[in-house]
Amino acid sequence: MASRAQPIGLVRWLGGGAAALVLMLALGTLGAVFLHAEGPGGLGPADWAALRFTLLQATLSAALSVGLAVPLARALARWRFPGRRLLIILMGAPFILPVIVAVLGLLAVFGRGGVLNDVLGRAGFEPVSIYGLPGVLLAHVFFNLPLATRLLLQGWQAIPAERFRLAATLGFSTRDVFRWLEWPMLRAILPGAFMVIFLICLTSFAVVLALGGGPRATTIELAIYQAFRFDFDLSKAAQLATLQFAIGAAVAAVALNFATETAFGPGLDRPVLRFDAARVWLRAVDGAMILAAAIFLLAPLSAVVIAGLGQITTLPAPVWHAAARSVAVALASTAITIALALPLALLVASPGQRRGWHSRVMQPIGYLSLAASPLVIGTGLFIILFPITDPVALALPVTAVVNAVMSLPFALRILTPAIADAEADFGRLANSLGLAGLARLRLLTLPRIRAPLGFAAGLAAALSMGDLGVVALFAPLDGATLPLQLYRLMAAYRMESAAGAALLLLMLSFALFWLFDKGGRFRAHA
Amino acid sequence: MLTLEDLVIAQGNFTLHADLAVPGAARVAILGPSGGGKSTLLGAIAGFMAPANGRILWQGQDIRHLPPSERPVSILFQDNNLFPHLTAAQNIGLGLRADLRLSASDQEKVRRALERTGLQGLGNRRPAQLSGGQQSRVALARMLLQNKPLMLLDEPFSALGPALRNEMLALLKDLAKETGATVLLVTHDPAEARLFAPLAIPVADGHVHPPADTVALLANPPSMLAAYLGRPGGM
Repeated sequence: MASRAQPIGLVRWLGGGAAALVLMLALGTLGAVFLHAEGPGGLGPADWAALRFTLLQATLSAALSVGLAVPLARALARWRFPGRRLLIILMGAPFILPVIVAVLGLLAVFGRGGVLNDVLGRAGFEPVSIYGLPGVLLAHVFFNLPLATRLLLQGWQAIPAERFRLAATLGFSTRDVFRWLEWPMLRAILPGAFMVIFLICLTSFAVVLALGGGPRATTIELAIYQAFRFDFDLSKAAQLATLQFAIGAAVAAVALNFATETAFGPGLDRPVLRFDAARVWLRAVDGAMILAAAIFLLAPLSAVVIAGLGQITTLPAPVWHAAARSVAVALASTAITIALALPLALLVASPGQRRGWHSRVMQPIGYLSLAASPLVIGTGLFIILFPITDPVALALPVTAVVNAVMSLPFALRILTPAIADAEADFGRLANSLGLAGLARLRLLTLPRIRAPLGFAAGLAAALSMGDLGVVALFAPLDGATLPLQLYRLMAAYRMESAAGAALLLLMLSFALFWLFDKGGRFRAHA
Repeated sequence: MLTLEDLVIAQGNFTLHADLAVPGAARVAILGPSGGGKSTLLGAIAGFMAPANGRILWQGQDIRHLPPSERPVSILFQDNNLFPHLTAAQNIGLGLRADLRLSASDQEKVRRALERTGLQGLGNRRPAQLSGGQQSRVALARMLLQNKPLMLLDEPFSALGPALRNEMLALLKDLAKETGATVLLVTHDPAEARLFAPLAIPVADGHVHPPADTVALLANPPSMLAAYLGRPGGM
C-alpha cells in the first residue's frame, strides 16, 4: 500500500511520547496535588467570591477587548496611512511583552503618581486608583486588544477586494457594507476571538498579583497561589485548580467549535480601496480611533523606556544575576517547547493522519495547558520530585518546564500548518525518492519550516523570559528570575531600580524573540 | 514490460479502468483531455494511490504493494520537482541516496550528471537561482542517477516555452536511450506526442486505452480522442 511509504514509525513514537508527557504534566500534577492534600479543605465564601471575580473579569476583559477591536480593526482595514504597517507590527508586541513590565508601564501612566492623575490633579479632579477590577481590566485590554484586533483584521482582509469593488458599483453605504460584508465575517470570527481572550484572562496571574488582590479582586489562580504560599493548604489548592480546570476545559471545548485562525504571524498588510469610507467624518472617526489605540498601547511602553534609561547602568548586582538566570531558564524552556511541539506537530500534520484519531486526540492534548493552572503544574512537579531531591534547587528547572508547557499551544498553532504545507508541496517528491525518518526531517521538514520554527522558538523564549508565575511560589530569596526580582523591587517601592530592571527585562525579552525569529529567517530559501 | 491487469482506480465518484501492456524501452505519450485520468494513472503506477482492483506488473512482478521509492519508477510532477532549500547538486544527489550521505564516487556521479545535462558549474546554485529550463535539467539529471527502468513524467515541462520544451524532450529522449528506460509522458499537446513518442495511450472518460502508433492514432483518432482534438472522429 502506498501509505507504507510514509515515515510514520519514528514520528508516532516521538509524538506519542510528547503527548503522554504533556498529559502527565497537565493532569498528573493535578493528581499529585490531590493525593498529597490533607483534610477536607473545603471551599469557603472567599473562594466562591474568587470564582465570581474570575468569571466577571474574564468576561469583561474579553468583551472590552473584542468590542474595542471592532472599530479599531475596521479603521485599520479601510484606511491607509504612513506608519500603518509599523503600527500593525507593534500590535504584536504586547504578546511578547513581560506582564510585569506592562503593569509597571500602565502604573506610570494610569497609576497614583502617573501621568493621568497628574493631569487630573491639575484640572482639580480627584485622583483615580487603578487597583482592583479597573486595573485588571485595563491590563487585560492592554494585552488583548492587539490580539483581538489582529484576529479581526485578518477577517477583514479575508473579504476579497472584489466584494468591496462590487459594493462600490452598487452604491453601498457604510451601513450596507457593514450589513452585507462585514457583519457576516464578524459573526464568524467574534465568538472565537472572545473565547480565546476569555481563556487567556481566566488563568491570568501576574496582572492580578500586581494590580488585584484583596478580598474583592482575587482570581482563582491568585487564590491557588495564596493557598500554597501562605497556608500551604494543598487540598484547597487542588480543589480550586480542579474548579479552574473545569471552567477552562468547558470554555476551550466551546472555543474549539468556533475555531478561528490566530493571527500571531506577520503580514496583514493588504489595504483595500474602500470607496464607502472615503467621507471626511468617517476618516476623522477612524483616525481618532487609531490614534487613541496607538497612544493607549505605546504610552506605557514609552514610560517604561524613559523611566528605565537613566537607571539601567546603575542596577544592583542581584538584578543582573536574576537576568542571567532568566536567560538560562528562557533558553532551556525554548528547547523543551520545541522538543515537545515538533513531534506533536509532525504527528498531527503527517499525511494520512489528518482526519484520523491522532488529530482529534493529539491536538486537544496540546491545548490542555491553556486550561491547566501553571501554579498547579509547578506544585505537582515539586511534590513528585520532593522525595528525590531538594525542591529549592529545582525552582528554575521546574519554571522552565512549566513555561514550556504554557508555550506549547502557540508553538503547535504555528508549526502544524507549516509542516502540513511542506508535506502537501513536497511529500510526494520525498516519497518517490524514499526520503524517510530522520533524513526526511533533516532534508525536507526542518529546512521548510525554518521560519515558523524560529518564530515559535522566539515566542517561547520571550514568554518564558517574562513569565512571573510558578517561580513566585518557590524561588529562594537569592534565586529569583528577573520578572520576580522586578516584582520584589516594586513591592519594596524601590521604583528607580524597578524602572531599570523593567527596561532590562523588556530589552532581553524582545532581543530573545528577535534573535530566534531572525535566525529562522536568515538565509532561509523559500 | 509494464502490464496493467484489469486495473481499477477509484477516487470519489471517478473511476479509471486500464487493461494493457507497454513494451520495454518504449517511449509512450499519454494523451487526453484534462480531468480524464492521466495524472491518476501515473499516480497509481508510481504508488501514490492504491488501486481498487487489478494488478500492476513490472517484468511479471506485482509491484502494487511496494512503497513509491521501492518501485522501479522515477517520476516528475507538474511542479515542485526540486527542493528549493537544497542546491542543484544536492537535489540531484537525492537520486543516489535519500539521506544525501554521498561518497566521493557518488559525488563524481553527480558531477557527471550535471555535465551530461549541460549544468556544469551550476551545482552550487539553488533552484531559485536557475532558469526554468535549468531547473528542468536538474530534475532530469536526478532521474538519470535514480536509474529506474520506468520514467514517468506528468507534464513537467508545461511551464516552459515551446523551444525549451522541445529541448527538454530531446534531452529526455537521449537519457532514456542511454539507460534503456521505458518513458510514459503525460501531454495534452499532439505535436509533442508526435515528436517524442512512437506510441500513444489515449485516456478519456475513465478509460485507458492500449498503446497505439502515435502518428496513425492522431491521423485517424477514435471518437473520444477526436472530440478532445477538435476533429471529427474517424473510428
